[in-house]
Amino acid sequence: MLEIANDLLDQIHTHLEAAHPEEGAGFLLGRADAARRVVTAILALPNAGVDSARHNRYLLTPKDMLRAEDEAERLGLDMIGVFHSHPDCPNLPSEFDRDWAMPWFSYIITRVDAGHAVSSRSWRLSDDRAKFDEEELQIISLAS
Amino acid sequence: MPVLKLPTPLRPYADGQSAIEVQGQNIAEALNDLIRQYPSLQKHLFSDAGTLRPFVNLFLGEEDVRHMQGVETELKADDVLRIIPSIAGGING
Repeated sequence: MLEIANDLLDQIHTHLEAAHPEEGAGFLLGRADAARRVVTAILALPNAGVDSARHNRYLLTPKDMLRAEDEAERLGLDMIGVFHSHPDCPNLPSEFDRDWAMPWFSYIITRVDAGHAVSSRSWRLSDDRAKFDEEELQIISLAS
Repeated sequence: MPVLKLPTPLRPYADGQSAIEVQGQNIAEALNDLIRQYPSLQKHLFSDAGTLRPFVNLFLGEEDVRHMQGVETELKADDVLRIIPSIAGGING
């Protein structure tokens, strides 16, 4: 199970809606142990893919990865995953997602239809890299 | 001995370690030693054909080894080699 506060999920959705009709992406920071994964911060980043590919691809560079690791260390957190959007497509992992996936990370995929985030689901790559398994995305409501 | 630093998502496959001492005269030998020590990293770093997966970037200091001699780049005893993945994905098509 991956836990995320509703305000953080809203921040993810805002970033991904702004990227539509291109894919948007960023990192999930938080804490993880065998029993529990909790997102406590996000790092929304520009899609570094080339102009002609951003409608169906996202890219976060090694420099982005280092920046996220530094930010996680500064906050006393771990990098626990990645979020990205599938514009006007189901939020199911694609074969391309699987080919490029890191193990252990949680991957939140958000379906964004016509600029509006419709729903988010979370997935983890199986240890043999053969498939993604869905993990429950528990949205924690915080009083405003 | 050279040290190889792992990104967060690969550390669970190396007993949770972030930095591992590796033996080797060059990067290819160091990677082979890493896999010898932690075989479960193999499938995440290498394709079935034995080539490095496309998201695997290797940095020696600040330099991407693609701009050096690739995996044939020689290593010194005090070198720090880092695996820094590119993160990518997207819809099919």
